[in-house]
Amino acid sequence: MREKIALAILFAAAVALPFLMRALDLPGGTGVATSILCLAFAASSLNLIIGHGGMISFGHAAYYGIGAYTVGILWEHFRQQEPIFGLIPGTDQLLITLPAAMLMAGLAAAVIGALSLRTSGVQFIMITLAFAQMLFFLFVGLKAYGGDDGMTIRRRNAVPGLDLRDIDQLYWLVLGVLCAWLFLQWRIVGSRFGRVLEGIRQNERRMRAIGISPYPYKLAAFVIAGMGAGAAGALMANYMRFVSPDIMSWQKSGEIMVVVILGGIGTLLGPVLGAIALQGLEFFLGGLTEHWAIILGPILVVVVLFGRGGIMALVNRLLGVRRG
Amino acid sequence: MAEPILEIAGLVKRFGGLTATDHLSLDVRPGEIHALIGPNGAGKSTLIGQLVGEIAPDAGTVRFLGQDVTRASVPARVKMGLGRSFQIVQLLDEETALANVALAVQAHAGHSFRFWRRADRDERLLAPARALLDQVDFPEPRRAARVADMSAGERKVLELAMVLAGAPRLLLLDEPMAGLGASESIRMTDTLRALKGGPAMLLVEHDMDAVFALADRITVLVYGRAIATGTAAEIRANPAVQEAYLAEEGA
Ligand SMILES: Nc1ncnc2c1ncn2[C@@H]1O[C@H](COP(=O)(O)OP(=O)(O)O)[C@@H](O)[C@H]1O
Ligand SMILES: [Mg+2]
Repeated sequence: MREKIALAILFAAAVALPFLMRALDLPGGTGVATSILCLAFAASSLNLIIGHGGMISFGHAAYYGIGAYTVGILWEHFRQQEPIFGLIPGTDQLLITLPAAMLMAGLAAAVIGALSLRTSGVQFIMITLAFAQMLFFLFVGLKAYGGDDGMTIRRRNAVPGLDLRDIDQLYWLVLGVLCAWLFLQWRIVGSRFGRVLEGIRQNERRMRAIGISPYPYKLAAFVIAGMGAGAAGALMANYMRFVSPDIMSWQKSGEIMVVVILGGIGTLLGPVLGAIALQGLEFFLGGLTEHWAIILGPILVVVVLFGRGGIMALVNRLLGVRRG
Repeated sequence: MAEPILEIAGLVKRFGGLTATDHLSLDVRPGEIHALIGPNGAGKSTLIGQLVGEIAPDAGTVRFLGQDVTRASVPARVKMGLGRSFQIVQLLDEETALANVALAVQAHAGHSFRFWRRADRDERLLAPARALLDQVDFPEPRRAARVADMSAGERKVLELAMVLAGAPRLLLLDEPMAGLGASESIRMTDTLRALKGGPAMLLVEHDMDAVFALADRITVLVYGRAIATGTAAEIRANPAVQEAYLAEEGA
């Protein structure tokens, strides 16, 4: 019950945020919040495979980046009125670019996952990282789309009935899509598929002994997570109106993973709280010193070593919720 | 004589210079409890590993229900009706007893690419899971306990319930009494006896009381080789067996 009330308050606060920012005369606040939600979105999708499936992918920014580039590339071809490979017309319609981003990221995850999931442990971490780096350098080399410098998206995508040039509307849109994703992920985690995924994380040998081959389930989860990250990237590209290979750098993969760990692995809202906390810490420490990363690093190490369950565990303790 | 459920022929497994399974041949007949005994390191667990598909043999064949399964994967064999328990129990430690068995029921009920309906309240899984826990006599008040908080005995019994969820034609039981107290061993013996006539069993066990109480036939394994197969009386009377194993056990 307390959990539900806390959730309702959190949701109400999230919806009211743009008004609050205007009341406090913080015009940039809503934009920052939008980027935090995008990061939380990417981290939530990673949480599905790390927290529930035990697959420690160190290349999740690749799918985030592919989602962002899908929006950028479709925009570029729309602007030039020149179909991709002379076949696929560009577009600035979010209702097309968002599913397209999920599709492209999902395809990449299917190929990379199919190969990587034949390994496990440290090898899996390294191979997912290696594939992400390959994609990173692929986009660095793609001069048609800005290469190293990235590409600018002059205008945010269009959505019937909305005007995304208005940051408040963009923020609400991102909030809505994120909530829809979290609801979907909550259903998946509680479903038969989710039970199998959880079983695979806890004991693969046991799962085989009851007749379940882990591989197809892991691959399906990996693809779903890739699609989530693709959607997050598409929204981020719209917010920034800019895409560059940096969005799929290994540092970005690390950041997404840190958000998951900080917020609480395997919890629904942990990644959201983790994203808020990480951005908050960066902002706060950045105000103190330009060498904020030197302080942030040890804080994260302490959370990883001693703060089992991350921020979400702390919140649950405060709410008096006992977790089974 | 009915066709055997399990037929092992000329099975060989080497670990470097050590031959853990040495040209082993034996069979398990329908309805039979076939006990496999032998000193530590005789190769009993290695044999189970090859039968279930976790370890690839170097030579020989394994036939299950008339089919050659020597190269089949673990899940494929389990789906055919092979069930196994582990010498060191393998369970989902963060889950309750009921959730563990419900997942085994789910695995047997078909594929799990179902993404929407809640599984933890699905009576189609929970009702059979409860029935299985009843069947193995798992105490009611402990069913909501997490595996991590269970005694060794409870874990062994829980694992048996998970194995039975697969409606196996053949059970491979690797020391089901290991780590159990005297009264728990007797209960486990009763539980296994109650299963008799259902799945055939290959029973690896050190508890001789249980073996002699349950087994139709006994095979004695020493250094990966079967030195004798026969009824309890025949095995007791076999001088080679006494020398290699029983005398040592009695000491
Ligand atoms: N993976 C392995 N690598 C090397 N040696 C092994 C391995 N597994 C088992 N062995 C050896 O094979 C022999 C048989 O082991 P095991 O099958 O566990 O015996 P048992 O179950 O009869 O006690 C032992 O000498 C053991 O040390
Ligand atoms: Mg053994």
